[in-house]
Formats: sequence, C-alpha cells, structure tokens
Amino acid sequence: MKKRIAPAVLRGSALAFAATLALTACGGGGSDAGGSADAGNADDVAAALEEGGELTVWAWDLTVQDVADEFEELHPNVDVKVVNAGTGNDQYTALQNAIAAGDGVPDVAQIEYFALPQFAIADSLTDISGLGAGDLEGTFSPGPWNAVQQGEGIYGLPMDAGPMVMYYNTEVFEKFGVEIPATWDEYIEAARTIHEADPDVYITNDTGDAGFTTSLIWQAGGKPYQVDGTDVTVDFSDEGSTKFAETWQELVDGELVAPINSWTDEWYQGLGDGTIATLNTGAWMPGNFESGVQAGAGKWRVAPLPQWEEGGTATAENGGSSLAIPSATENAALAYAFLDYASVADGVQTRIDGGAFPSTTEDLASEEFLNREFEYFGGQKANELFAESAENVVEGWSYLPFQVYANSIFNDTVGQSYVSDAPLTEGLKAWQDATIQYGSDQGFTVSE
Amino acid sequence: MTTASPPPAVLGTQPEPAARAPRRTRTRSWSGWLFIGPFMAVFALVFLAPIAYSIYLSFFRNQLVGGNGFVGLANYAQVLQDSQFWSSLIRVVLFLAVQVPVMLLIALLVALALDSGRLYGKSFFRISIFLPYAVPAVVASLMWGFMYGTRFGLVGNINSAFGINLPNPLSPDLILASIGNIVTWEFIGYNMLIFYSALSVIPKSLHEAAEIDGASQFRLVTAIKLPAIRGAMVVASIFSVIGSFQLFNEPAILQSLAPNSISTYFTPNLYAYSLSFSGQQYNYSATVAIVMGIITMVIAYAVQLRGMRKES
Repeated sequence: MKKRIAPAVLRGSALAFAATLALTACGGGGSDAGGSADAGNADDVAAALEEGGELTVWAWDLTVQDVADEFEELHPNVDVKVVNAGTGNDQYTALQNAIAAGDGVPDVAQIEYFALPQFAIADSLTDISGLGAGDLEGTFSPGPWNAVQQGEGIYGLPMDAGPMVMYYNTEVFEKFGVEIPATWDEYIEAARTIHEADPDVYITNDTGDAGFTTSLIWQAGGKPYQVDGTDVTVDFSDEGSTKFAETWQELVDGELVAPINSWTDEWYQGLGDGTIATLNTGAWMPGNFESGVQAGAGKWRVAPLPQWEEGGTATAENGGSSLAIPSATENAALAYAFLDYASVADGVQTRIDGGAFPSTTEDLASEEFLNREFEYFGGQKANELFAESAENVVEGWSYLPFQVYANSIFNDTVGQSYVSDAPLTEGLKAWQDATIQYGSDQGFTVSE
Repeated sequence: MTTASPPPAVLGTQPEPAARAPRRTRTRSWSGWLFIGPFMAVFALVFLAPIAYSIYLSFFRNQLVGGNGFVGLANYAQVLQDSQFWSSLIRVVLFLAVQVPVMLLIALLVALALDSGRLYGKSFFRISIFLPYAVPAVVASLMWGFMYGTRFGLVGNINSAFGINLPNPLSPDLILASIGNIVTWEFIGYNMLIFYSALSVIPKSLHEAAEIDGASQFRLVTAIKLPAIRGAMVVASIFSVIGSFQLFNEPAILQSLAPNSISTYFTPNLYAYSLSFSGQQYNYSATVAIVMGIITMVIAYAVQLRGMRKES
C-alpha cells in the first residue's frame, strides 16, 4: 500500500489522487462491439476452412490444447493459439475489458453457462445459429443446449456439462459406520454422527459458494431468477429456495461444514486425508481428483446427489462451459469451424479421453463411454451415474443476465450468514436486494 | 528555475529595464518552455490526462441495457448516498486512527533507541527492522495469511501444541486488527528510517550542551530530539494517512482466504476495484475514486497545516 512519494507534501497527496484514478482510467469507452449482424452461413465456414488463417482461443480447460493440435493437423493452413487467460471470473474480467477496449479480443472463448447470458445481452457474442448451430437441435442434452440459447439466438456450443453427483470418501463412512445418505435429511444426520465421532472430520466444506447455492436451489425446484429479455425477476422466497436455506441452516448452525475454501491447498489436503467426507459437485470433478488429490486415490466413490424428497431423482447442473465467438472477431466463420470440431465432431472424443464430461447425447449413450472404469474410484463405472444425473436435471432454471457480478457479491451478503447469527434466508434476501439494485442500475427492469 | 539571462540585464543601469523588459521576458519564456517542455508533456500525459479522463467518465453512465449516456452529477449524488462507500471510508478512518499512531510510536521508539548510542549491534537491528519493508506487500500478506490460518497455519499449530483455542484472526471481528498488524510490520522499518535520519542530523553540540547542564536522557528526548524531528514526523504522518486511505493489497490478498470477512467494499480502493472489474461500472468507479481522492487530499492537507503550525 504505502508508496514512497516525493517530499513535497501537497504534490504527494496530488499523486495519491492520481494513483487512485489511474485504477479506473483504463475502463470505459466504446463497447459498441458491432452486435450480431450477419455472421455468415455454413458455406462461409467451409470457405474459411479452405482459406485458413489464425485463431486465438481463450480457454482454461486443459483438453482444449489437444483439440487445437488435432485441428491444426487436419487443417494445416489454420493456426490455433490456445491462451489461458485465467479461470472463470478472472477470464471474464479480462474478456470484458478486452471487449470494452476493442482490442485483443480472442476469436473463441470458453464461457461457463451461467456467464453466457451476460455476454450475449451486451451483444458481445456472435449469434452462431446461421453458421450451422441452428441445425444442431438434439445433438446436446437439453440442459446445456438451453443454456447456450438466449432469446432467438444461439451464442455458443456446449463444451461439457456439470450434472451434479455426490463424491464420497468410503473410508470415512466405513470407519464411523455411517450409511451413504440418499436424502438431505440423512445427509445432515450423517454430518452430525461423523462430526461428533471425530471433531476434525466434516461432512463437507462450505464457506459460501454462489454456484453451489444456486445449484442446490435449482435441484430443490426453486426458480429465483426469471428472465424475459430485459425484464428480470429475482425472488429467493419461493419454496425451493426456502427449502434449501432451512436445510442448509442446520449444517451451518451446527458448525458441521468445514470452514475451508474450495480450491485452496487446505482443501486438496482435506479431500486427501479424510477431513472432508463428501463433495457435491459437477461431473467434471474426476480430472481434478486425479491431478490434485492423489492421496485419495481408491478411497473416493460416486453416488447420486442426495434428494429433497425420498425416492426422488432430481438433480441440477453445477458449472459446465460453452465455447463462444466474441462478436469483435473478424474470423467468425473459421472460429465456428473450430467450435464445431471441438464440440460436435471428433474433438469431443479427444476431450472425453482427457477426462472431460461431454454434453453430446450420442457420447452420453455410447457403451464405451458408460462402461469406462475409473481407477481412481476403485474401478467404479462413474459415467453411468453422471449420465443418469444429466438426464434428471430439473428443467426451467435460468441464470441472470448479470450472474457474474451477482456471484461476485455473494460473500458480501449470503456469506455473512456463515460467520454471524444472521440466518441464510436473511442472507439470500440481502443478496436479492443487492442484485436488484445492480440490475436496475444497469437498465434492466427488475422486480421481486 | 534558473534561466540563462543575457549579461546586459545583470549589468544594466537602473532606468533602462522598463524599456527592455518586454523583449527579455519573451526570450526567457521561450527558452524556459524548451526546458520544461519535455517534462510538461510527460506530466500532462501520465498525470493530467488520466485525471481529466476520470472526471470525464464520472459524468456518464454506461449500462448493459441502454448504453452510454450523460448523467451530469448523478454519479456524485449516488456516491454521497452510498452506504457501502461510507462504510468503507469509516473502516479506513478507524484503521487510520488506531494503526497509524501505534506504528509511528513504535517506529519512533526504535529510532530513539538506535540513536541513543547505547544499543549493542546497532546496524544489525537497523537492518532487520527495515527488512520487512523490502518484502513486497503481496508476499507479506500471503505469508501472514498462512500464519493466521487456524487449521494449518501458525495459529493452528499453537492451538494444537498448547491445547488452547485462540480466536481466529481472519474472523470478521478481528480481520481489521490482523491487517493492521501486517501493515505495522511492513512499515515500522520505513518510518523508523525517516525518524532515524532526522535524528542523526541533530548537531552533537546540542546533546553535549544539554548533558553539561545536567539534563537526563528523558529530558534530552523531550526537549531536544522530539522538537527537532517534528518535520519528519509530519511527513511520516502524511504518508501514513495516504497509505491508510489507499489500503488495498492486504485486504485484496486476504480476501481469497477469508471471503466472508472481507467484503468487496472493505476499503474505498477495493470498492472502486470491484465496481470496475467485476461490475463493469467504470463510470461509478471513477466517481468513487475522485471523491476518495478529494477526501484524501483534504485530510492530508489538514494534517500538514496542523503539523506546520506547531512547528512555527
């Protein structure tokens, strides 16, 4: 913080003034990124492949590089450069700033489903329905396919999906003689038993995570966000949201969830040494287990996500990304050729081999895919469970057209319930208010 | 600044200047501009232009729906009613009121101890106290962040070694104090150096005269040393005021460790950053920065006026 500043005191404070401003001076300006006029048609795609050229792809998914290598081999006159511009929000920030500056915008970008509407509504992405995506109805499972559509347009091709399951550490459950929970009520019971038997062991970790919270509300049948163009409704008082808040409140009140932030060293360690007994997340997790939690190899298994109703099968999506084409690119046709290869054609198999979970219905139904035995999960055929979960995702969920921002203030609001006496319902209400405020400031018509 | 004036001007007799003055001034101003031109160009480009651009930005509002539009002073009106902005300002003022006096007092004591000439291994202490300043703030925050950890950090180790239960330094109640501790650790050495160098230019003869008069060490400090370094103390205070108002690195780094304790509007700078980079509200963020810049200037100026008045 404190900077060494020239001795003249007044000038010093003037400098401080300038430094504060420099922070903001790099934003703003022309976001008139051209909209989605005419991106071309399928013939243009073939012609662009013929002609060749250069593509810049922003993606943090590691398998994209393999796909790019293959694509270059098939089309020697195309040069694909894969850049990791950060994971999730970091990349969106970079992308938003590049779009605002009108400079350095990639031709293809990995964008998670929850973030896609925000870019689409700002006209930052190319509508690819004319380029060939309009004919892909039925190629992808419904959840991801709905997620890439906004109004009349299609703004990306689904790259993977995150149907939720419960990963659990068998050793912990065997040691304490606890049954694998099938409902959230049983889950809370298991949490109590385990934590009482050993105060160092927790059922799971949670310090307040927007993606997780919205996913569980989704599974519970809540529909807090309703979006119709620029008319937005935010309401966390519906039945699903309340069900989640009340149930999860018991875990938070009982201090039954480990106060460990996800994706930290502590977290990886906790997954490996049995501190964290379960993890409820998307089907894209196995790759992370294999690379990040070697100590847990053979101990972890996959089970269906615990249910809100006994005997239910409802699930939700958590994470999952699409590949999209920013409208600032001059090479949309060639970019679409890459999208098609990575998401529909042979690139899909390459990514499956790399540990990704596909969203193409054909692969999800293939015997080879379903019968794959995961060594990490003790030979379990985990894909069967993932595919089953993908089929049971509750329909009708939508994210906000400014979800990236909403998620960034989650810990300011709902997060407070994890460190104070304020109940989760109150936290959700605060989140709702702050979200509505932001939406109105951004020109949306927001109602409760 | 000095300019090369032609010799006749210096040698000239009294009655003449009136007639010659216009020509001389013109030559002077041209050569003067030639000298300061490059500086002014850079100054205008890197200092004035960003400020002007920020002020320009603050009069607009760019929305996801509806695009960019001139809104006059609406952003300023919004800042004045923005409870998040004021809570962040109150937080840094509280930080300033507690952390800065503690830090400066410790720095002063250390500087006086080093200057007393009674300390064995003076240069060793001087360098080791200064060393934290050489550690980048990002590294320092990460390092302290790990030490504060109640599970695998130093606090956690102490807890398990002695079977006690220390309060979590990263909890919402203690986070400001924990950040204050990091900042104090980082900047004691820097302020100590300012005080120490001011102390070492006090003429030895004053000390000797006082000792001959039979003054005690304590009297020496209060009657000679402290008054002599008042200027340095004012400078150090102003740097610290500015630094506190610009608090950013430490909370920004610790935010990933304690997301529920450090909100996106924890300090004014962090708030401007979040507005700009997560919220895409560049215009409002510029407004927050300008308002904060003005408040910082006013307070720094007030500290200076007060300090200087005492001195004279």
